[in-house]
Amino acid sequence: MTHAPERFDFDVIAGWIRSGERVLDLGCGDGSLLRHLRDTRNVLGYGVELNPANVLACVRMGINVLQSDLERGLSGFESGGFDHVIMSLSLQAVQNTERLLREMLRVGREAAVSFPNFGYHSHRSAIAAGRMPVSRTLPYRWYDSPNVRFFTIADFEDLCASMQISILERHAFDENARRVQDDPNLNASLALYRLGRPGRTG
Amino acid sequence: MSETENSNSVGAVTPQRVQFKAPIQLKSGAVLPEFELVFETYGELNAARSNAVLVCHALAGSHHVAGWYAGDPDNIGWWDNLVGPGKPLDTNRFFVVGVNNLGGCYGSTGPVTLNPASGKPWGADFPVITVEDWVAAQARLADHLGIDVWAAVLGGSLGGMQALEWTLQYPERIRHALVIASTPKLTAQNIAFNEVARQAILTDPEFHAGHYYEHRAVPRRGLRLARMVGHITYLSDNQMDEKFGRRLRDGKRQFSYEVDFEVESYLRYQGDKFARYFDANTYLLITKALDYFDPALEYGGDLKAALARAQANFLVASFDTDWRFPPQRSRELVHALLCNRRNVTYAEIACTAGHDSFLLDDAHYHALMRAYLGNIKL
Repeated sequence: MTHAPERFDFDVIAGWIRSGERVLDLGCGDGSLLRHLRDTRNVLGYGVELNPANVLACVRMGINVLQSDLERGLSGFESGGFDHVIMSLSLQAVQNTERLLREMLRVGREAAVSFPNFGYHSHRSAIAAGRMPVSRTLPYRWYDSPNVRFFTIADFEDLCASMQISILERHAFDENARRVQDDPNLNASLALYRLGRPGRTG
Repeated sequence: MSETENSNSVGAVTPQRVQFKAPIQLKSGAVLPEFELVFETYGELNAARSNAVLVCHALAGSHHVAGWYAGDPDNIGWWDNLVGPGKPLDTNRFFVVGVNNLGGCYGSTGPVTLNPASGKPWGADFPVITVEDWVAAQARLADHLGIDVWAAVLGGSLGGMQALEWTLQYPERIRHALVIASTPKLTAQNIAFNEVARQAILTDPEFHAGHYYEHRAVPRRGLRLARMVGHITYLSDNQMDEKFGRRLRDGKRQFSYEVDFEVESYLRYQGDKFARYFDANTYLLITKALDYFDPALEYGGDLKAALARAQANFLVASFDTDWRFPPQRSRELVHALLCNRRNVTYAEIACTAGHDSFLLDDAHYHALMRAYLGNIKL
């Protein structure tokens, strides 16, 4: 489900993680982010992945991986069992967005979430021209996309507000991996968030 | 056998036997004053003694894990598709040990062997054995072979329980546990099926309260029924339907109680075959070991607390069509390991063959085993 995450995605997330943390990566793909975190942060990491080929890739890489369907939630996972629960470029591919966000912050002290911004200007232009967007961050066509939730940075922040999820940090990037400060909902194709439980700041 | 199959077989193998003179205290309280184990080894133990792998057998298995016997080339080891040079459990790299468990009927001390106190076969007097006892006996074998620490212990089903038990009883002597198609404890339904199997044997008139050897009798009917009911639980509903459907063996209904359906013929064949070579007392004993296995029992049912001792890294794998030990049982084990911060990988493998999938050479399954075992440092 996960696209191969870009390097800058890794580096931002790695910057949030202290040495020796316990990390859960939901939709971990072939395990490259976890390998990066293992090698640079010495984390005790686990990936959750449904796709058998990705599970095999993780095992080959020596990454702990748990084959499971995220749509089933995280019910087996202990509350507070992880320092960070990561979901890199997978949130848009899960049906039960609210439940999963809540679960991530139950199981983890903090969550790290990245997703493609459907509000990016090139996506808006495509829609304005009467076509569903296809881009570097949204590489699929409407009929073969694993994505099931279509939302923007503004939409996501509204949801966080309504769920009382604390947004501790946000990083936004455009298609060329440049940081976006000005109107990210229009100018960023990818957003990364560090999220905390209700009431958390900084 | 084709040349390619030959080329990655461990080839002709010879079972070995070791006698342990020191008594072994069993979980039941009984003591065996001495015992023997029959085992096979494949590959070479390296100088650091860091490449030893123990393969534990399930209900009907034995020490004959791989290869064949010179005088009996069709007698191929029960996990030969996994174990051999270049195979997922690569004997070019690992020193692999297979052992017939205590109470077994393939040569290790058990109900069919002589009770030194009476000079007659133990029969029903052989003490009830638990998974803990098997592992304790296997540890004696490890000592005998000069193996302080297993690189890995692995098994499917009941074999997986032994791998798990190793991590609890000897946490410092096992680096990796591969627990396949297994469970941290049986459910009421699992025990119920075992009880049907036991009743089939116990009520067979030829059973003679377990001392059938001296009556020159064999409770074949009971053993056959036990195997038939067991076999049903090893296969999946879909697979049975694909394999047999409602096909009639002779193309038409007989309107009698002779074999009508192919599936009846298959079960009778499996039951008859098994009853010719397996020992009924061993069958009883092994089903009891299955029923009793429950490492969480002494921790008030808290599996997480029970696994706190474990230090090994784990590969846990289940098969989606296994309704005997379904994926949920493996997930319980995985989550208890996660709570204890153990390294654990869990694979839920799509395979149509039900519980017995662990014995097949499904490409994805074997690729996983190869990848995991290949990453074990020697």
